[in-house]
Amino acid sequence: MSDAILTASVPAVRRDIGLKRRYAAERRFRLYGLAAITIGLVFLALLLTSVVRKGYTAFVQTEISLPVTFSEALVDPTNKRAEDPQILAKGKYDKVIREALAAQLGFDAKDLKSGKAADQLISPSARVELRDMVLADPSLVGKTIDVSLLAEGNIDSANKGQIDLSVPEARRKVKDQQLTWMQQLKDAGKLKFAFNTGLFVNGASSRPEAAGLGVAAIGSAVMMLIVLALSLPIGVAASIYLEEFAPKNKFTDLIEVNINNLAAVPSIVYGLLGLSVFVNFLGMPRSAAVVGGLVLTLMTLPTIIIATRASLKAVPPSIRSAALGLGASKMQMIFHHVLPLAMPGVLTGAIIGLAHALGETAPLLLIGMVAFVANYPVTPMDPSTALPVQIYMWANEAERAFVERTSGAIMVLLVFLILMNLGAVLLRRRFERRW
Amino acid sequence: MNMIAETKLEPKQVQTMQNSFKMLGRNVTVHYGAKQALFDVNLAIRQNTVTALIGPSGCGKSTFLRCLNRMNDTIDNCRVGGEITLEGQDIYDPSIDVVELRARVGMVFQKPNPFPKSIYENVAYGPRIHGLARSKVDFDQIVETSLIKAGLWNEVKDRLHEAGTGLSGGQQQRLCIARAVAVSPEVILMDEPCSALDPIATAKVEELIHELRSNYTIVIVTHSMQQAARVSQRTAMFHLGQLVEENDTDKIFTNPDESRTQDYIMGRFG
Ligand SMILES: Nc1ncnc2c1ncn2[C@@H]1O[C@H](COP(=O)(O)OP(=O)(O)O)[C@@H](O)[C@H]1O
Ligand SMILES: [Mg+2]
Repeated sequence: MSDAILTASVPAVRRDIGLKRRYAAERRFRLYGLAAITIGLVFLALLLTSVVRKGYTAFVQTEISLPVTFSEALVDPTNKRAEDPQILAKGKYDKVIREALAAQLGFDAKDLKSGKAADQLISPSARVELRDMVLADPSLVGKTIDVSLLAEGNIDSANKGQIDLSVPEARRKVKDQQLTWMQQLKDAGKLKFAFNTGLFVNGASSRPEAAGLGVAAIGSAVMMLIVLALSLPIGVAASIYLEEFAPKNKFTDLIEVNINNLAAVPSIVYGLLGLSVFVNFLGMPRSAAVVGGLVLTLMTLPTIIIATRASLKAVPPSIRSAALGLGASKMQMIFHHVLPLAMPGVLTGAIIGLAHALGETAPLLLIGMVAFVANYPVTPMDPSTALPVQIYMWANEAERAFVERTSGAIMVLLVFLILMNLGAVLLRRRFERRW
Repeated sequence: MNMIAETKLEPKQVQTMQNSFKMLGRNVTVHYGAKQALFDVNLAIRQNTVTALIGPSGCGKSTFLRCLNRMNDTIDNCRVGGEITLEGQDIYDPSIDVVELRARVGMVFQKPNPFPKSIYENVAYGPRIHGLARSKVDFDQIVETSLIKAGLWNEVKDRLHEAGTGLSGGQQQRLCIARAVAVSPEVILMDEPCSALDPIATAKVEELIHELRSNYTIVIVTHSMQQAARVSQRTAMFHLGQLVEENDTDKIFTNPDESRTQDYIMGRFG
């Protein structure tokens, strides 16, 4: 009796099944994961803060508003504008600006030394601006109007506090006299910050204050459209053929290996290919967005094909049998059932490929897209640049104002990328909502 | 007696048999690559009858079933020999279009496999690709009658536009049956349609098979002896790729000619 009670109360010896070890392993793994993510986030944060810190000032720009008098003596001394309006293009607009500055700052316009120093307050691009105004409206001649003029790049930098004023004047880009004038203008409310629309609409310029991303953004957008319009249908068609129709033999195996290799080929090689095939052999123009788009298409195709094939393979065979069993033809099976189910994967591949293409610089350098393009391309055959190439070119400039523009351009490129990814996520959601 | 156990038949005899049976397989052989899965199977499928295919797993039941609507065509390296006729017409003849054949010989699979679309779309898909209906009214009609025939209408009539994959397993399988029925096939092939279902859902599907029999010819593969006994009128016993015997279900289960059938039914192997 007591024996029975004793044995019942002694707990049975349990085998050690290593629970502790297993939980410890899991905790360790979680820690590794957390550490990996933290490192990634830290670097991302570093990158973003450094870019934003250097670049946010690029989005504002110093402007000087002045009452400008388009005196006939300077703009149209021979008084022939009635017969030939184009004569207005030859006007001395630099003098117009100098006189406006002299009037505002109170120095003698005839004094060459002061005049030269004052000229350097205003961007050379302002002359063009005034000329275009008068050409568009010749009745301005003889009138005085308030005009906002772009400040010169160094003045802009000084206004943003980016120029070290403790450096002796002789080694400084902005002289003491100019600083005094800046203060004078500021006190009069004539020197102000304004949103830098030029950054988004202007083309290339050797003057940082007049340089913009407009041409590069158009070039990139056109290339992305070309890449999307070509590589998505070609890539999807090729994947469907390889995955669903092609016989499985040595030859298709070889093709598969080659596609995988192509995805790993350095992008600069695609640039060489584009140069020799599209430019030299087919005689397409250099620096044109079409050629860039075609080269990037070639580069993107393997990525899209690999992603599409993987997602086609992942569609459950039961769905295929269901469609075939109902009497759907192979084409119907693919386009009604398999492809829609594979679509989220296809889109992911397409967006990764497109994002790569958007940020690609090396192949574009080889086909001559590293050109100085100030005018908007009218057709895709016209010379243009691309956002990453523009960043590369600005990064090579020495002036302080180009440094902030480089970072500003990087921010614009990142926004482009985020928008594209967002679009892809939304599209994917829509496809995934079909259960 | 097994009517077609004899392999040597007079051409005339074959002709009359082809006319009196819905489908007829003669000397059917199937190879997967070098491996032979079926050896000279001769089997007749009778009109408006449920024919059960039984036998231990791996004996070739599914393989034979897939021959009947040429689903084997979709398997790489699968070769089919011999002759299979549907109402006297050789279905492996080059003049036969598999798309049309599969519209006449529908199939229900082992695992319920509704399309990831709405219930309505699942049923309407077949009629749409075969052009069986034009207007919305026609489609609504087909969807409703098919779901009624599959005994699912009352359960889903209020949520026709919800996902077919959101139904329970048994409902999904009946949806697949409705989908097959919607294209008005003459023969419906079912490959272990209840093996993934619970007993209550199984009972519903069996009841359904019973009702469908008056309008369709049904061939069902099953690993459950009881199910074969409950739903079928004819039973064919396969073993190691060969047809052991085929006869009235009652006869097979009470007094089979072959000892192998006897052993299998008694649960001595399989
Ligand atoms: N797709 C296939 N490829 C190769 N062999 C197969 C394939 N399908 C079935 N087999 C083989 O054919 C034989 C019969 O299979 P199956 O018809 O599926 O048997 P059952 O349905 O009676 O269980 C098995 O030996 C199986 O391994
Ligand atoms: Mg099977």
